[in-house]
Amino acid sequence: MVHYELILPILLHLLTGILLIAAWGRLNVQRIISALSGIVSVALAVVLYSSVTDNGIITLQSGNWPAPFGITFVGDKLSALLVLLTSFSGLAVIIFSLVSVNKKRMRFGYFAMIHFLLLGLNGAFLTGDIFNLYVWFEVIIISSFVLLTIGGEKKQLEGAINYVTMNLLSSVIFLTAIAILYGLAGTLNMADLSEKIASHPNKGLVQTTAILFFVAFGIKSAVFPLYFWLPSAYHTPPSAVGAIFGGLLTKVGIYAFLRVFSLIFIPDPFLSQILIVVACLTLLTGALGALAQQNNFRKIISYLIVCHIGFMIAGLGMYTEWALIGAVFYLIHDIVVKTNIFLISGLIYKIKGTVNLKKLGGLYNSHPKLSFLMAITIFSLVGVPPLSGFWPKLYLFEASFSTMDYALTAFLLIGSFVTLYIMARAWIEIFWKEGDGRQEVAKHFVFFDNMRPLKKWVLVSPVVFLTIVTLYIGLNAEHLIQVSQQIVQELLDTRPYIDAVLNPNIQN
Amino acid sequence: MELIIALLVGFLYASGIYLILRRSLVKLILGLILLGNGANLLIFLVGRLNSEQPPIIPDAASTLTGAYADPIPQALILTAIVISFGLQSFAIVTIKKVYKEVGTDDLDIIDRREQE
Repeated sequence: MVHYELILPILLHLLTGILLIAAWGRLNVQRIISALSGIVSVALAVVLYSSVTDNGIITLQSGNWPAPFGITFVGDKLSALLVLLTSFSGLAVIIFSLVSVNKKRMRFGYFAMIHFLLLGLNGAFLTGDIFNLYVWFEVIIISSFVLLTIGGEKKQLEGAINYVTMNLLSSVIFLTAIAILYGLAGTLNMADLSEKIASHPNKGLVQTTAILFFVAFGIKSAVFPLYFWLPSAYHTPPSAVGAIFGGLLTKVGIYAFLRVFSLIFIPDPFLSQILIVVACLTLLTGALGALAQQNNFRKIISYLIVCHIGFMIAGLGMYTEWALIGAVFYLIHDIVVKTNIFLISGLIYKIKGTVNLKKLGGLYNSHPKLSFLMAITIFSLVGVPPLSGFWPKLYLFEASFSTMDYALTAFLLIGSFVTLYIMARAWIEIFWKEGDGRQEVAKHFVFFDNMRPLKKWVLVSPVVFLTIVTLYIGLNAEHLIQVSQQIVQELLDTRPYIDAVLNPNIQN
Repeated sequence: MELIIALLVGFLYASGIYLILRRSLVKLILGLILLGNGANLLIFLVGRLNSEQPPIIPDAASTLTGAYADPIPQALILTAIVISFGLQSFAIVTIKKVYKEVGTDDLDIIDRREQE
């Protein structure tokens, strides 16, 4: 049986992107196509997720070439769940963009690029071939370059230099690693690589290749000491772009870490140690960076992205079942919450005309309902029980105690406490402090309060939607822990994955 | 032959990294291009070098016999060249735009302005 549902999320975004280019300049047509495609992508992702839940790991061999000769697409629980979360974040960002992104950007193909970015993300999650993963990464970075620079403001271009350079460098390192891996094993199919690398005699060269992959994915996911491009770029584009970047781009790096370092290179004590040290320093430097930023709210949350990447790397570094459950659950929570917090910063900007903490204030008095909505996300980012940030941290702390890595526990605590402090300060500055009204802005800027009710609703609904998802994750944690547990079992026991790809007939 | 290509790959990586570490934006892009070429040659090298042995099955036979050139590295390099061509042209347009806006190609000065 051929599982076409595996390729549909990818094809949908490709077709939408092409349609949007055909509708170049017709902004209302673009808005409708993009929003419809966002809704359909959620439906397709649900179909894919339920198919993976029913059938186990599903595969699609392109052109009917049997693995390892053709390019394979594989959907396991981790991929399917990430495609689902991507479709949620993507839909929220598209709806938010309908009103928040200015016409100048839309005329230069903003929506088409959003869909090409989503195309790359879905492709990266679903591919079973390491070179294909590289190609999807390139699709992601070229769309993100355009999204980052579209509009052409000076600060955007300055931030883009670091971003473009580091991502090109990461691609070259990734390609080098793939070249050496191909020289070692003579294959590019990840399931096939898993078997061939495990039995390869030259352990030294395998180790070196693993470190090359570590550096390439490290730049993508912004770990210490490779994260400096992120805080200098993420606060410059519009909030909607910041949301899709903050929610999903670094997480693709984490996905690649989880996939490659569970399937092809199993972390040995040396690699584990490196991962844990890097995780500790990422938590620390991300937290200090966020503390050092006094005023710009979006810059603060950019540093928090870096800090929280540390939690997931720590989980991978410990490599026990509990630690990995924590990492996978944190990934689920982080995608939703980080997208939402950037959308919230966009909403604050629309209400007040600034994201500077010193100039903000009085939001609780003027918009009590919205403040309550934003509070849920902020609390869940901090990890207040029973919201979604609490449960993965519980697992990570438990795992770090049981592996007796108390230094790591200390760094995890520092990361959590600094997040708490920063969010408490932001809450006081934005919501409780006496406000001195709106800020002066450009002439064409329309404040939230002066918008028509329909536009207001379009801006608030994605935040409501993602907050509901966060609440579901937090309050229904038992179900998500079970899902994470199944994912971790698939990561730790690679046999079903390899069989599904290489021996599809035996399995059925 | 392998040794020469290997040395060339090493030289391309070394000069690419040297150029990336310079302060000029133009040299940064040149460095990335050299690194990309180094990676492409590396793929070519690990696919084993041999000449005049195309992977084409003769009319009389049904399978390939003996040594033949591995077609996969060539397909990979072709893909990588096309991708890096697109990315590099984007990067060059970006630095031109940055140069127009900021008026300098010195990364230190651009970085200092960004901090302000």
